[in-house]
This record gives sequence, C-alpha cells and structure tokens, in this order.
Amino acid sequence: MLVVQDLSASYGESQILFDISLRVPEGQVVSLMGRNGVGKTTLLKSIMGLMRPKSGQVHLKGVNVTARPAYERARAGIGYVPQGRGIFPYLTVEENLLLGLEALPTNKRGLESIEEICDQFPSLRTYKRKVAGTLSGGQQQQLAFARALVRKPTLLLLDEPTEGIQPSIVDEIEQLILGLREQRSMSILLVEQFLDFAMSVSDYCYVMEKGNIVAEGAAGELQQDAIREYLAV
Amino acid sequence: MDPSVIIVQLFNAMSVSSILLLIALGLALSFGLMGVINMAHGEFIMIGAYTAYTLQNLLTSALGDKTPDVSFALAIPAAFLVAGFAGFLLERLLIHRLYGRPLDTLLATWGVGMVLQQSARSIFGAPNVQVVAPSWLLGGITLAPGLVLPGKRIFMVLLAGLCLSGVYFFIYRTSSGRRLRAVMQNRDMAAALGVATRRVDSITFSVGAGLAGIAGCALTLIGPIGPTLGTNYIVDSFMVVIFGGVGQLTGTLLAALGIGFFNVMFEFWSTAVVGKVMVFTMVIIFLQWKPAGLLALRTR
Repeated sequence: MLVVQDLSASYGESQILFDISLRVPEGQVVSLMGRNGVGKTTLLKSIMGLMRPKSGQVHLKGVNVTARPAYERARAGIGYVPQGRGIFPYLTVEENLLLGLEALPTNKRGLESIEEICDQFPSLRTYKRKVAGTLSGGQQQQLAFARALVRKPTLLLLDEPTEGIQPSIVDEIEQLILGLREQRSMSILLVEQFLDFAMSVSDYCYVMEKGNIVAEGAAGELQQDAIREYLAV
Repeated sequence: MDPSVIIVQLFNAMSVSSILLLIALGLALSFGLMGVINMAHGEFIMIGAYTAYTLQNLLTSALGDKTPDVSFALAIPAAFLVAGFAGFLLERLLIHRLYGRPLDTLLATWGVGMVLQQSARSIFGAPNVQVVAPSWLLGGITLAPGLVLPGKRIFMVLLAGLCLSGVYFFIYRTSSGRRLRAVMQNRDMAAALGVATRRVDSITFSVGAGLAGIAGCALTLIGPIGPTLGTNYIVDSFMVVIFGGVGQLTGTLLAALGIGFFNVMFEFWSTAVVGKVMVFTMVIIFLQWKPAGLLALRTR
C-alpha cells in the first residue's frame, strides 16, 4: 500500500529525517513510535505531501507520488488526522465533515456518507450546527476522525490520536482502530508514544530515534524492554 | 441646523461608505482572507472604470444617443469580468509565488500598479475621460422642496448592498466559500483533505479583483476617470479592512459605514483635508486601543 524509500527531510539547515524506509502493507495497522522531536510528525507530513522531502521517494499503491501536492495525494486515498486534530475552528461540525468529502469526485460527495459517519459517531449529529472550535478536545478528536473516515480512505495517517485526550475517549479510539483493523479494508499508519496502546492495536511497529529507524518488528515479537529504552524520557 | 441639510449629509455619508465598501470588499478577500497586500487593487478599480468607458465608445456607433443607457448596464458585469481576469493573471503569474511574504507582495504589486497606470496612459491618454451616466440615473427622489436624493447616489448604495450580499452568499453559503474559509483557517489541513488550495487562491483573488472592477464602474458616475483613479481610494480602503478587523465581513461593513460617516461629518465642519486627517487620527488611536480591529476573530 504505502512504501517509503530512503526519505530525507529538513527544516532549513537542520536535517530531521535520515534515509527513512518503511512500508505499510494492505489492510494492516503499522505504528511508529519514538520520543518527542525524533521526526515522527515530519515523516507523516512528508507522506501526506505537506513537506517537500530532500531526497527519497513515497509510493502509494505502486505509484510514485513524491512530486504530487498534498491535495492530489488526498484524492489518491490518503486520510489524515494530524497532531492537535487540525479541525477548522470557525466552521460548523457539519461544514468540517463536508470538507472531508473534498477528496472525492464532485458527483460522489453525497450527504448519505455524512449521515453514515454520524451513525458511527452519534454525538457529532447532536453538535452538527455547532461551531467546531467550541467542542471539547475529545469531541474535536472524534470530529477529526470522522472527517478523515467519511470518504473511506485506503490509507489513514494518525498522528498521536491519544495525546491530551481523556481516558474514556482513548478507549473509544482504541476500539475504533481495532474495528477498522478487523475489516482489513484500510491500511493505517499510527504515530504513538504510548507503547501499550500501540502494541494493542498494531500488526507491525517501527521505532524512531533522531531521524532514523532504530528498531522494527511484528507487534508480538518486538522486545518491549528494548523499545521502552527508546521511549523513556 | 436645517433638518434637510442633515438628511443630505447623512445620505452623502452613506454613498461615500458604499464606494469604500465596494472597494474594501475586494480587499477583504485578498488582504483579509489571503494575507496579500495588493497595492494594485486600485488599478483594478481603474480597469473597471476604463472598461465602462471602452464599452461606451464601442457601442456609440451602433446605438447613438441611447448608448449610455445600455452600455452602463452592460458595463457592470463586464467590469467584473475584465478586472477579475486581470486579477486572475496577476495571481497566476506573480502573487502565488509570494504567499506568506506580505511585504514582498506589497512591493511587487506596487510595481505592477505603476505598470498598469502607465499602460492606461499609453492606451487612453493622460487626460481624464468622461463616462456619460445613463438617463435612468439622472434626476432623483424629491423628499421635500429643495431636498433631493440624487439617483446616482441611490444606485451606488444599492449596488454596494447587492455586492455585499453576493460576497456574503459566496463565502458562507457556497461550497467554494466553504473551501475558502477552510484554507484561510488551516491551509495544510485543507490541502490534506483534498482541497486544491491553489485553485481556491486563484478564485478568491479573481473575485476580489472583479469587485474592484465594479467599484470602478460605480466611480464613473461621480466624476471623470483617469489612470490614477484607484490610487485615491487604495489607502482609505485598506484602512476600512484593518479598522473592521482582518477577515471579518461584518467588520468591513461597519468600518466602511463608520469611516464614511465621520469623513463626511468632519468634512462638513472643516475642509476635505482636515476631515481626512481627523479620520486617520481617529483610526490610529482606535487601533492602538484595539489592534485587531472592530471585530476580531475570537480564538480559543
């Protein structure tokens, strides 16, 4: 599904990513762990097309998309839930969801899909007309998920979805990801700092340190103690 | 004071506000929503005015005496399209390379403005030209003996109201407007959802330029037009946008009304120059007190 090859990226003079390679196979949940500032978000942004890599390639379904802008990658099937949720604070919940349909061809932006996603996140239906910026953090996170899922992406990028969220919503998110994994119709790349959370939802894990991948393996087989070492502050 | 004088002055204030509003609406889109300081906005006004002039000249041979009646009606949509297309070209060729660099857009568009002014001088000549007002705008509504509201001014107020409603509808009720607001609030996220941000920029800027064209068309009603027509209005309209609160349509409306009103009031009590100085001073003091303008976006 997604193949990243020798990707390097930098902000001005300071290089953040050093020849990163990873793959997310069809229908699998892959997590990417590491401390703050090791380059996880930068990697996701480079995959989404929000950052121009210095070198390396990003392939989506066998197509090299490295030179494509973000909106074309979104239309090619990538859904994105960024760190901090990235909702549009002055738009209503419904308008936020409608923007989730932008990646689809115009004739497929039906309102049925909005109804469908509201069945999945019932609280959003109640808040449909509310301005999104007035929602609580947890509600905003649900909105960010719903907005990414409403157009049924083939690859979902999740950037620390549990960060700063109350425990009950974290459980909900865990159930949601497990549910998506069950269906095996969507590949997921999850950036996460909580080891237990990542282990419970993913098939395969990568661990990053200072812009490099330092460990990887199937979720069940990885030495958790070794990973804890990399995650410890 | 004679009540009829007050009514006439208030009405004058409203028509001044209408012109300011027409010009500021376009700026509110390019500056307020996109962060581009477009000094060539005044030249879009000039382009709109010369579009009306050209249309009148082209139609004269065919229509003779009836020309102004027909050509002015056609000139409004034509000015929108011509100025809008000029805006489209400017955005495509120059401005889209300068997003996120407001000061550079200022310098670059100032240069473009001078080139456009000089082009107008080469094509139409340096002296001012006159667009003949249509007969259906001559005369006015007589409220009392000696108290006449001129038809031209009533028309400008209506035109500004119509454009404001149009822009409001565009921004808040259409899918293009939704994309525009999304890009303005979080450009990266909008792109990551599949919004073609470059197209949104292009459409927004073109509509803003088109509105300036309509303003130019309206300005032909109050006097002769020349290559520097827009320069007289550019500072005032930037003031309206900033005073109203950047990115706020309601703020732009209130600011246009307020500045128009005080302008006329101070002018009435003193002279045009002193009046302008007083309005500027007032706005500067106000912005010291509330730097974000009349209506600022509340952030959480």
